[in-house]
Amino acid sequence: MTSNLMRGETGEWEVVIGMEVHAQVTSRSKLFSGAATDFGAEPNSQVSLVDAAFPGMLPVINRECVRQAVKTGLGLKAQINRRSVFDRKNYFYADLPAGYQISQYLQPIVGHGKLTIDLPDGSSREIGITRLHLEQDAGKSLHDQHPSATFVDLNRAGVALMEIVSEPDMRSAEEAAAYLSKLRTILRYLGTCDGNMEEGSMRADVNVSVRRPGEKLGTRCEIKNVNSVRFVRQAIEYEARRQIDLIEGGGKVEQETRLFDTGRGVTRSMRSKEEAHDYRYFPDPDLLPLELSENFIEEIRRELPELPDEKKSRLVNELGLSAYDAGVLVADKESADFYEVVARGRDAKLAANWVTGDFFGALNRSGKGIAEFPVTAAKLGGLLDLIANGTVSNRLAKDIFEIMVETGKEAAAVVEEKGLKQVTDTGAISAAIDQVLAANADKVNEYRSGKDKLFGFFVGQVMRAMGGKANPAALNELLKKMLAGN
Amino acid sequence: MKVEIEKLTIASARAGLRAREFSATELTEAAIAVMEAARPLNAMITETPERARAMAAESDRRLTRGEAGPLEGIPIAIKDLFCTDGVQTTAGSRILKGFIPPYESTVSANLWRAGAVMLGKANLDEFAMGSSNETSHFGRVENPWRRADGKPLVPGGSSGGSAAAVAAGFCLGATGTDTGGSIRQPASFTGIVGIKPTYGRCSRWGIVAFASSLDQAGPMTRTVRDAAIMLGAMASVDEKDSTSVDRPVPDYEAAMTGDVRGLRIGIPKEYRVDGMPAEIEALWRQGIDWLRSAGAEIVDVSLPHTGYALPAYYIVAPAEASSNLARYDGVRFGLRVPGNSLPDMYAKTRGEGFGAEVRRRILIGTYVLSAGYYDAYYVKAQQVRTLILRDFERAWERVDAILTPTAPSAAFGIGEKSDDPISMYLNDVFTVPVNLAGLPGISVPAGLSREGLPLGLQLIGRAFDEETLFRVGGVLEEAAGFSARPQTWWKG
Repeated sequence: MTSNLMRGETGEWEVVIGMEVHAQVTSRSKLFSGAATDFGAEPNSQVSLVDAAFPGMLPVINRECVRQAVKTGLGLKAQINRRSVFDRKNYFYADLPAGYQISQYLQPIVGHGKLTIDLPDGSSREIGITRLHLEQDAGKSLHDQHPSATFVDLNRAGVALMEIVSEPDMRSAEEAAAYLSKLRTILRYLGTCDGNMEEGSMRADVNVSVRRPGEKLGTRCEIKNVNSVRFVRQAIEYEARRQIDLIEGGGKVEQETRLFDTGRGVTRSMRSKEEAHDYRYFPDPDLLPLELSENFIEEIRRELPELPDEKKSRLVNELGLSAYDAGVLVADKESADFYEVVARGRDAKLAANWVTGDFFGALNRSGKGIAEFPVTAAKLGGLLDLIANGTVSNRLAKDIFEIMVETGKEAAAVVEEKGLKQVTDTGAISAAIDQVLAANADKVNEYRSGKDKLFGFFVGQVMRAMGGKANPAALNELLKKMLAGN
Repeated sequence: MKVEIEKLTIASARAGLRAREFSATELTEAAIAVMEAARPLNAMITETPERARAMAAESDRRLTRGEAGPLEGIPIAIKDLFCTDGVQTTAGSRILKGFIPPYESTVSANLWRAGAVMLGKANLDEFAMGSSNETSHFGRVENPWRRADGKPLVPGGSSGGSAAAVAAGFCLGATGTDTGGSIRQPASFTGIVGIKPTYGRCSRWGIVAFASSLDQAGPMTRTVRDAAIMLGAMASVDEKDSTSVDRPVPDYEAAMTGDVRGLRIGIPKEYRVDGMPAEIEALWRQGIDWLRSAGAEIVDVSLPHTGYALPAYYIVAPAEASSNLARYDGVRFGLRVPGNSLPDMYAKTRGEGFGAEVRRRILIGTYVLSAGYYDAYYVKAQQVRTLILRDFERAWERVDAILTPTAPSAAFGIGEKSDDPISMYLNDVFTVPVNLAGLPGISVPAGLSREGLPLGLQLIGRAFDEETLFRVGGVLEEAAGFSARPQTWWKG
């Protein structure tokens, strides 16, 4: 494994990173009200009296959100707490209608868990999960609608979030990026968060500190609301370098909250520790402690889908894929699902080569998602069937695939229309070989006097003569015989 | 015919209406007339005579069709802490002046479904914070009772408007809420019955929150039987209130058997507080004698942590209030005083919108929840709460109900205690432990002070055993034979 240490003027530094990820729970209604949660609705069109904190309104827990949190906890191999408590986190802001956010402070619904990250060099590491708790999102303040007034949109107010807190186990921007990607993959597999960072469904608060290797933890800064994997990487790289330069220049890191300026690629101070809010947490008296039965948890456990790590090891151990191919395929649930349909009842390795090779290549070039791409898993499977039953060669199949990408047609239809069916008729192949051998008598002699390498040349010539349609196995066999002179 | 509503009870009016001795409309007209005459008491913040007439007309139609609900045609007042659809709901605060909720509280909706008629919204201490009804932005309420010297008295609080309305005779019942004694103490001060049911018995949905873990709605009426009838209509489980409890609502009226033989009544020695007036002590002793004569067994009990209840209450209640009242920020409803920044708008709105007592409690509550103080105050107070509940649970092993005075004094003069919060808070010394333990407590008028003012006795029961309170309360009421009425000085 390559060293994660960063070099400064005075020696090497270790970066220590922990992350708090806010993931919006996939649920039709909010955490404590029946209002809808659709993204992009008209401002203030999805707000109940509870969300707007009208006098006398009371929160009622949405069981679906609880299920999703438990499911996520199980997916993170975490302890599910049979009893958890909702607390009020008190602070004033115009988009926080009640003047407090309902969250879980001392007794979260999910305790310790873990997540395995996969690094580009093929290695993997385990990152500890400290806890997961449920909380409400706030609304949105719109400062650009009026010259002197701020508008408030409460559509998001009360939407359920899972705050997933990691241990400070990451040691590089690369690892932090891998953590966030992997977490998003798991949430998507589970269907508990759509992971759309650009819509704000997932945001990360990143805690960064630096220290000399082996020394105790340095003072950390928290970078708030980073909303893409790329920005997480950039923010950490900038922040770690800033802290190292600061310390090496004789300064001291102050504990503070910082913002990542995506335009300039720098972090900026937002508020110091002294300016930090005193949230005055206390148990919300409007809600009873959340008690979960063992049955409830077991029922959710039984519904858990296969998760990326398990899927990967199944692809490697049962289907014989390389760890690399399996890793690429499971990184995205849609890709994995696509692959599984293609591979079902077919040669798994051939399917993996096609999906990770030609298919991903074409998909990336098209800029489309799997769902909109013209070649569906069933169509790609049809092409692989034609290869398997000898109708087309692998080489010819690549051309057919390109036509499928352009036209969206079935492989068999392309073969039919373009007359690309492979020739297995030995008579036709023999005739083509005869012609090639006759036209290259000198090379035939060279081959016969021991220049074996020319075999490939003859194959290529015959293939070209037959428009690529010759069955390669039959061609090889016949060619060998005929070159041997019988 | 001319109905003399001052002489009726819910039970007798119910009989009169069903026997067609008078109509709901006639009863309501009488109520409106008395209400208007009683305006000097300032018991009501909003009168809704037109709504009352419309509701009474509906009641008459249902009475004619034989579809009368348990409170059909009964005029009541609603404490202005209950949100009422389309009718201004203020919580006695400037910050909510003009606020018209587009929804109806569960308790009031239950009452309308039972056929009750709304006369209006009763005055109260601002956000139910007070024991004298002097903190309302809409002016203090005056007690219908006066001492011989004619000095104006407080009706108690925070449900002082509700208590005055019932005592003055223009409604047959009123809703109250009780966080630390706000139903029972004003009931005692005005010579009426008030019950704070078990926490969770009535839904809190749609009631402006003061201290959520303590607030509970209950009826204030002229008789124990009326309280039983009215509570039966108010109580319900409510999926919109997670703290409401799913238990069937018993027939409380049927529990009033008049027979307390064999019941064990506990007398807690810790309620004999220093400086308690002799007449309160004497009344308590009188109550003990009445119940003993009726065949109950009197048992001395100890509730050793009683002395910590008041301090614990004045930590828990303000803590919850400081958070509950954060929503009054000028952003979405109620008063907004513009400022040159968001914090400035908050400060001006809340500074001008809340009165002194509310601001005091918000500050106390914010303080006790602050980092570094939370464990010493809030956590400690919650521990005290557990000990107080345990005291009661031990007592329930030996007794079926507990008898105490309701308040340490009779009604005091307006302005007498308003500059001394501690002496004001001491009014709740006997009622607060009941809220902290979540138990039901009823105040029954039992006698008059030397100065001719009503005094109440309190019965405390097991959780969800309101039936025993009505049963014992009925016997106490019968024995006391309390029939005194305030002189209607406000008419003159």
